[in-house]
Amino acid sequence: MNPHKKGLGAWVIILLVVLYTGVLIIVPIIALILGAFSEGMGAVLTALGSSVFLEALWLSLKIALLVVAVQTLLGTIVAWIIVRHDFRRKAFLKSLVDVPFAMSPVVVGYMLLLLFGRNGFLNPIIEPLGIKVAFAAPGIFLATLFVSLPFMIKEMIPIIENLDRKQEYAAETLGASSWTIFWRVIFPQLRTALIYGMTLTFARALGEFGAVLVIGGGIQGRTETTTMYIFRSLDERHFVEAYSAAILLGSFSVMIVLIADWVKRREEKRQSQGEVVERV
Amino acid sequence: MEISLDHGQSKARTPERLLRASGLLYIGLMILVPLIVILQDGLRQGIGELIHQVTLPIAWSAILLTLWTSSLMTVINAFMGLATAYTLVRFDFPGKRVLNAIIDLPLSIPTLVTGVMLVMLYGPQEAIGRFLLEKLNIQIIFAKPGIVLALLFISFPFVVRNIQPVLQDLDQTQERAAATLGAKPWTIFRKIVLPALIPPLLSGSLLSFSRAIGEFGAVVIVAGNIPLKTQTGAVYVLGAVESENRLGASAVSLILIGIAFSVLALANLVHKHWGSHK
Repeated sequence: MNPHKKGLGAWVIILLVVLYTGVLIIVPIIALILGAFSEGMGAVLTALGSSVFLEALWLSLKIALLVVAVQTLLGTIVAWIIVRHDFRRKAFLKSLVDVPFAMSPVVVGYMLLLLFGRNGFLNPIIEPLGIKVAFAAPGIFLATLFVSLPFMIKEMIPIIENLDRKQEYAAETLGASSWTIFWRVIFPQLRTALIYGMTLTFARALGEFGAVLVIGGGIQGRTETTTMYIFRSLDERHFVEAYSAAILLGSFSVMIVLIADWVKRREEKRQSQGEVVERV
Repeated sequence: MEISLDHGQSKARTPERLLRASGLLYIGLMILVPLIVILQDGLRQGIGELIHQVTLPIAWSAILLTLWTSSLMTVINAFMGLATAYTLVRFDFPGKRVLNAIIDLPLSIPTLVTGVMLVMLYGPQEAIGRFLLEKLNIQIIFAKPGIVLALLFISFPFVVRNIQPVLQDLDQTQERAAATLGAKPWTIFRKIVLPALIPPLLSGSLLSFSRAIGEFGAVVIVAGNIPLKTQTGAVYVLGAVESENRLGASAVSLILIGIAFSVLALANLVHKHWGSHK
C-alpha cells in the first residue's frame, strides 16, 4: 500500500470525497457570497452600516467578550480540578461538562425560561432584587455561557495533564509561593491553549442562536443579537440585510478560528523543534 | 526542614480548596440546576402525562422526523466520513491540505449561517433550487432533504476527525504482508483496516447523531416550521414555548435530552472500552 502508487479505485475514492466536500460545504459558501453581493457592494455596506445591525453586533460582541472572560477563568479552574484534584463523583462532573454538546439550544433557552421566566423557579429570589433575566441581556449572557461551556475546559484538560510537574516541584523547593509558581511556571505553558480556547469560545458565543432566541425574545434594540438580526431580516424578506450579516458573521468566525489554529500549530512546531534540540 | 515543608503544604491547601469549591459551584449552578428543573417540570404531572404529551400527533411526528433524518444523516456521514479520513491519510493528491482545512469549517460557521447558505443555494427562487424543483421535481428547502443536508453539513467533521488519528497510527505491516501474499486492496481494507477503524467510526457516528438530535439554527431556516411535515423536535419545542404550551415543551425537551444523552453516553462508552488508542 504505497500511498504514492494509486490505482483507479483510489482515484474514484478521491474524486468522490472531493465532490462530496465541494457540494456539501464549498458550494453553499459560494452561494452565500454571490447572493450577498448580488445587488452590489454598496447594498452590502449600507446593510452593514445600519444602526439596527450595528446595535445587534455590539450586543453580540459585548456578550461574547463577557462569556469568554468568565469561561477563561472558571473553565480553567474546572479543568484544573478535574486533572489535579481527587474527589468523589469526578466522573459525574466530567460528564456534566459534556452536557451542552448534546443539548438542543432551544431546550437550553427553555430551561432558563423555566428558571427565570414568568412563574420561574428563581423568580422569588431575583424579583425582589430588581434583576430581569428573561427577555433581557442577562438571560442572553447565561444562555451563551451554557452552550459555550465545554470548549475551554476540553481544551485545557489535556494541556494541564501534560504539564511538567518537575518544574513546579523545583520552584516549590526553591521557596516560590503558589502564586509565583502559577504565574512563572504554569501560566506560560498554558498560554497558547488559553488563546485557542478563548477563540473557540468566542466564535461559538457569537454564533449562538436557538438558546438566545428563546430566552432573549429578539426584541429589536434591546435583546437582538447578530444571529437574531439575521433571522428577523429573513423573516421580513430583507434578504440583502440577512445575507450581508450572515456573511460577516460567518467569515469573522472562520477567520478567528483559522488564526487561532495557525498560532497553535506554530507553537506545536516550535515545541517539537525544541524537543529535537534538547535530545541532540 | 520537615516542619516548614508541612507548613508550606497546608498553606497551599486553602486556595486549592477555594478553587475546587468555585469550580464545582460553577458546573453545579450552570448545568445541574437547569437539568434538575426541566426534569422536575417534565415529570410534574407524572409519567402518564409525559407519554400523553409526547404521543400527541404533532409532537410524535416531530420526534419521528428528528429521529429518521438524524439516522439517515448518520449513515451517510459514517460512509463519507470514513472515505474522507481514508483519503486524507492514505492518498496524496493536489489540494489535500485545502481539503483537510475545509473539514473543520462547519465547526466554526454558526449553524444559523449554514441554514442561510443552504436557502441561498437551494431556495425555490434561486437558480439551482428552481432547476431541481421544476426539472427534477426535487424540493429541498422547506422539505425533508433540506433537513438532512443541513445535518450533514454541521456534523461532517465528527466522523472524519475521529477516524483520522487512529488511521494515522495504524501499523501497516499487516497490510504490506497481505499485499505481498497477493491480497487485493479491497480485501486488505475489509479484513485488516476496517476492523481497526470500527470503534472510532462508531463513536464518531454516535456523536454526530447526538449532535443532530437537538440541531436548531440550520434546520429552522431550511425546513421552515410546517407541523406534521417539516417540524423537528427542537422546532416543536420552540413552538410550544411560544404558545405557552408548557407541558408539551417540557415533555418533548425531556425526550430530546434523553435520546441525545443516551447516545452520547454510548459514544463515550465505545470510545473508552474499545479505545481509539490501544
